[in-house]
Amino acid sequence: MFKFFYHYSSLRNFYFFSEKLIPFLIAVFLALIIYSLYGALISAPADYQQGDSFRIIYVHVPSAWMSLLVYMAMGLSAVSVLVWRVKLAEITLSAIAPIGAIFTLAALVTGSIWGKPMWGTWWEWDARLTSELVLLFLYLGVIALLRAIDDRRTGARSASILCLIGIVNIPIVHYSVEWWNTLHQGPTVSKFDSPSIHVDMLIPLLTMTVAFMLYFIIISLYRIRSAILVYDRETQWVKDLITSSKREQI
Amino acid sequence: MITDTHNWSTLFILVRRDVLKTWRESADLLYPIMFFVLVTILFPFALSPETLVLKSFAGGLLWIAALLAMSVSLENLFKTDYSSGALEAIVLSGVPLLLVGLAKAIANWVLSGLPIIILAIPLALSLGIDTFSLSILLLSLTLGSATISLIGTSIGALSVGLRSAGMLNIVLALPFFIPILIFGAVATSNSQTGLIPEAELYFLAGLLVLAVTLTPWATASAIRTRLG
Repeated sequence: MFKFFYHYSSLRNFYFFSEKLIPFLIAVFLALIIYSLYGALISAPADYQQGDSFRIIYVHVPSAWMSLLVYMAMGLSAVSVLVWRVKLAEITLSAIAPIGAIFTLAALVTGSIWGKPMWGTWWEWDARLTSELVLLFLYLGVIALLRAIDDRRTGARSASILCLIGIVNIPIVHYSVEWWNTLHQGPTVSKFDSPSIHVDMLIPLLTMTVAFMLYFIIISLYRIRSAILVYDRETQWVKDLITSSKREQI
Repeated sequence: MITDTHNWSTLFILVRRDVLKTWRESADLLYPIMFFVLVTILFPFALSPETLVLKSFAGGLLWIAALLAMSVSLENLFKTDYSSGALEAIVLSGVPLLLVGLAKAIANWVLSGLPIIILAIPLALSLGIDTFSLSILLLSLTLGSATISLIGTSIGALSVGLRSAGMLNIVLALPFFIPILIFGAVATSNSQTGLIPEAELYFLAGLLVLAVTLTPWATASAIRTRLG
């Protein structure tokens, strides 16, 4: 077990292992995204109240789920950085923070576009919207700290500490914002809290979420792999890799 | 951890050193306090000089001003100690870093939290707050500012020695202060409208307990990382 982790957390081994993994992941991702897009745009029936505009749910909800999931992934990397000092985790943390920020931004923007025709307003100081906005700033904080520190290793360790403070804070922010919201204003917008969603609508949503996860993994692998090359640029295996790829080009 | 008398006296010495150093040597003490008063007196210019209008916003205004002033004060926490090498000497001396983190937070509260709470009294009265709401405001500020000092110290420790530490601290810290702001401001406005502010105060106390137990570890680990 430990041998397994030790083997694949070595940067060099991870680089070559992920090279084999990526084509397989891309194939599954493409199949899933085509199926989900067909399900979402064509086979799912239009909502009886919202018509076709409900279909933005297939981007909005997976993005919102991913925004939290990526933060959890960052938290796991942060623990590995602080407890076991895994180099791969340091690289992972800095590689996935911007992706998480983009997912959060996507959730906010699609929510806003959805809100305009449905609620009649681009932005509502609703509990979930507001805590998603705070989450965006937690991501931006981690990115800002990573950028401010020149030394990569110190930067990753500092960002890990910040990330863990953030993990403790996310539930506190969420519930305090809910508390604030219910005290300040009643439900001025009629929300569509209908958990009974039709199966034809639900299945593409779930497959779309899996597709988003795969997309996240593929993009992270690309980012991590190039960060590994930069990180290990003084070592022999990277130099060999570069000379051999140059030779191929000639 | 902090069980025997030896550790208590170490904690006391560290806090006393920080407070005296800032008190005697620098104008750093004044900036957060001046900032707090200035931000507060900006609001009447922006909103309205009518006491009736100001009164309804008073709790929120003072809370925002206090939050900003305390975020500004974070830069001074480690700055002089880091540049003079004193921080390194303290770390090398073998004092538990948990104590250093806790001491820094207490010193920050004494130097910026406490003056802000005291100055909040005349400012709140000038905004037309009644005495009962004032007492709730002060209570919530006391609980909240202690939590802010604790969380802020961890954030300040992360940016020790960085070029743009001041601005970075503020940007990193403010999202974490949102829950405190919510409970503090809601407690005050509830007391003004005749609702019971107890629940919010309990929440603030709970956050303080959580911060006391968790943030010294984060601070210690941040100091170790920055100086490691």
